[in-house]
Amino acid sequence: MKSLFYSVLAAIISFSFLVPTTAHSTEQDEIVVYSARKEHLIKPLFDAYTKKTGVKISYITAKANPLLERLKAEGKNTPADLLITVDAGNLWHAAESGLLQPVESKTLTTVVPENLRDPQNLWFGLSIRARTIVYNSNNVSADELSTYEDLANAKWKGRLTLRTSKKVYNQSLVASLIEQHGKDKAEEIIKGWVDNLAIDPTSNDTKAMEAVANGIGDVAIVNTYYYGRLMKESPELPLKLFWPNQKSTGVHMNISGAGVTKYAKNKAGAIKLLEWLASEEAQKTFGALNQEFPVNPGVAPSEEVKAWGAFKGNPMNVKVYGEKQADAIKLMDRAGYK
Amino acid sequence: MAMRKILIKIIPLAVAALAVTPILVIFSSALQPRGDLWTHLIETSLPSLTINTLSLCLGVALGTGILGIILGWLIAACDFPGRRFFSTALLLPMAIPTYVFAFVFLGLFDFSSPLQLFMRNKFGIPPFDVRSIWTVCLTMTLALYPYVYVMAKAGFTTQGQRCLEAARTLGCTTQSAFYSVALPLCRPWIATGILLVLMETLADFGAVSVFNFDTFTTAVYKAWYGFFSLATASQLASILVILALCLLTSEQYLRKQMRFTQELSHFNRIRLTKSKAILACTFCSIIFCIGFVLPVIQLIFWALDTTALELSSRYVSFSTNTLLLGVLAAGVTCLGALALAYAARFQHNKATQWIISLSTLGYSLPGTVLAVGIIAPVAYLDNLYVDIASLLTKQPVQPILQGTIFVLLTAYGIRFMAAAYGSIHSNMQRITPSMDDASILMGVTGWKMLRKVHLPQLKTGLLTAALLVLVDVMKEMPITLMTRPFGWDTLAVKIYELTSEGEWERAAIPAILLILVGLIPVLCINQKTDSV
Repeated sequence: MKSLFYSVLAAIISFSFLVPTTAHSTEQDEIVVYSARKEHLIKPLFDAYTKKTGVKISYITAKANPLLERLKAEGKNTPADLLITVDAGNLWHAAESGLLQPVESKTLTTVVPENLRDPQNLWFGLSIRARTIVYNSNNVSADELSTYEDLANAKWKGRLTLRTSKKVYNQSLVASLIEQHGKDKAEEIIKGWVDNLAIDPTSNDTKAMEAVANGIGDVAIVNTYYYGRLMKESPELPLKLFWPNQKSTGVHMNISGAGVTKYAKNKAGAIKLLEWLASEEAQKTFGALNQEFPVNPGVAPSEEVKAWGAFKGNPMNVKVYGEKQADAIKLMDRAGYK
Repeated sequence: MAMRKILIKIIPLAVAALAVTPILVIFSSALQPRGDLWTHLIETSLPSLTINTLSLCLGVALGTGILGIILGWLIAACDFPGRRFFSTALLLPMAIPTYVFAFVFLGLFDFSSPLQLFMRNKFGIPPFDVRSIWTVCLTMTLALYPYVYVMAKAGFTTQGQRCLEAARTLGCTTQSAFYSVALPLCRPWIATGILLVLMETLADFGAVSVFNFDTFTTAVYKAWYGFFSLATASQLASILVILALCLLTSEQYLRKQMRFTQELSHFNRIRLTKSKAILACTFCSIIFCIGFVLPVIQLIFWALDTTALELSSRYVSFSTNTLLLGVLAAGVTCLGALALAYAARFQHNKATQWIISLSTLGYSLPGTVLAVGIIAPVAYLDNLYVDIASLLTKQPVQPILQGTIFVLLTAYGIRFMAAAYGSIHSNMQRITPSMDDASILMGVTGWKMLRKVHLPQLKTGLLTAALLVLVDVMKEMPITLMTRPFGWDTLAVKIYELTSEGEWERAAIPAILLILVGLIPVLCINQKTDSV
């Protein structure tokens, strides 16, 4: 017992002061990335970049908000050079909190469309995620569908499945509806959705689609890559994709994107990496890894994604999702959307 | 001598100061008012959240309490075929994180599950939604009952034979001896177990969000992630802390006038009659099957589907990281808890009681919120150090704390202090004060008394504490996610990455590995405590 006690004590002391290889610039040109995009979706790209340029990339992945909090707390001593995250709202908040710095780059401003980047060049979209409608082709024909707004119509009573309103993708979608229609009209639409729900909102998009496939509800609103993934696993499911609002505003588009941190130690390196991520070479992989759409209009999406057909996207600047996020959540709470 | 006395006072204080800091940080950031959000919350979701949270706590406390006591009593005090096997087997669900339980449950029973498909094709039963308050309670009960079970078992095992014998000499049946003697004598253990479960339930985010069941914790996250108001999130979290504090103080108040000391004596288990033995065996088998075998089978099926996609050599380092962090954190936390338990034994004053209660509150906070409470002071100290050092040396200086194992281990210690303290403190209450007096008379005091007199008797408590912390740390996700050094990814981090995009099947591989790694401490430690 005694020896165990002492050896545990010794082990702890020696280990806790063993400072691991932190990113405190052991190498001059190393780039440190904080990423809220999942590791398996970015690591292949980082590996490719390191192979090509010899520049080492260290990264930490975590949820977006804790990463922002960490950046805030670390202040000017942060090791991070680049912040990568999903959802425009998160990027907007990072910029609002003064965590990012503007980047002057001809390359970035030419390849990233204007509505998918910050007007002050604090952040740039790197991939597009379209939030669209999926329906059960046994029970619904495509000409019954038209717009997001139409899903509030009483004809869809008991036929709609939605993911929880706590997910930022839905908050951004509702934010765009507020921008388009104003609060009152938007609230009416969301109340209509809630009235039409077939089951309590699900915890993720895949579950919402599985419900539709199993005859609980007929339509769901989901991000396309979840649809792509599900259909790859179970191609026999009677699910089809529909592009809504083609005669009006266009399909709701969100982004994953990145910005250079305000106190980046390796600003030049971070910008180079960012430019490379937006380049043709990287864009092919960036989208394809998760069946998303490239932001760079010069790059075609993967074959699987192309098969879903072309669509008109909403040209609204995605920063609106951040500005209107709080309003959107309050609105959904009032409408009883859980 | 004087030096020693000071040390004995200062060490528990230092532990407490470390543990209380993040909670104070959270409380202080809760002081910035954000009135409009509160009005909104009260008008919309707060009432239903409160009802949900309270009913979940009640359901899970009842469920885990009943299950834990019955199983603990059967294993510790009775003898039936398979007892030794079940003694360990019933602990195994502990190795499965609650959030994994939750998504496995949905995988097994929801509308796209093979079971429902079968019922639909065979009997024409239409698809239905299995998510409800009942199923959330059931899932969390199955995931958390081992906490009560392991505590109750330790309690029943260490209470010895004499009281039960005395009760039976006085004419009690086995049944009434259980209710009037064994159960009350075991109260510190059972209460500690249920308290741990309650704190864990209050802090749980993973399982409830799989069920989309709104609780206080989901509101904390919504305030932070949705409204970007860390202040409101802290205010909501402070309510959780206060709730936990009420639970702690009421338990302390209730047990204040009681003594639970016991001479160690050999314990003869009650041999069950044949029919009772079969019943006991069946009951244990059922719990073991639904709590462990079934989820593991489902995970194995998923894992086989995704091996090619997900399995790589990197999982070796994820697994070793997980185990290493668990062992180190268990060591740190048990040492801290021992210091606190020692202070509780020798310093009988209100202030000490309060300090200890506050030190164990980290367990009731949602992990991410606690992580912010840790990161903020660490970054502050680092920035201060960088400013001063660079002023003195006139050279750029690197921060020394952030992103080190040291911070991560401290964070784990703060988070899981309650788990370690609970079992060590309960065990300490079994040691009679006359033992201390005797050793003082013989000139054995201070460190020597701890080493020679207390530690040997604290074996069960220390090992149980180590087990709880080890397994908890391995399953821990938010703090690891936020404070781990570069490259220190664990299995829980991997599970988060895969599940956050809804790829539950793919998360089966890290989940199975996590269970396998978790089995190591469960098997090692349980054998040691069982033989007492």
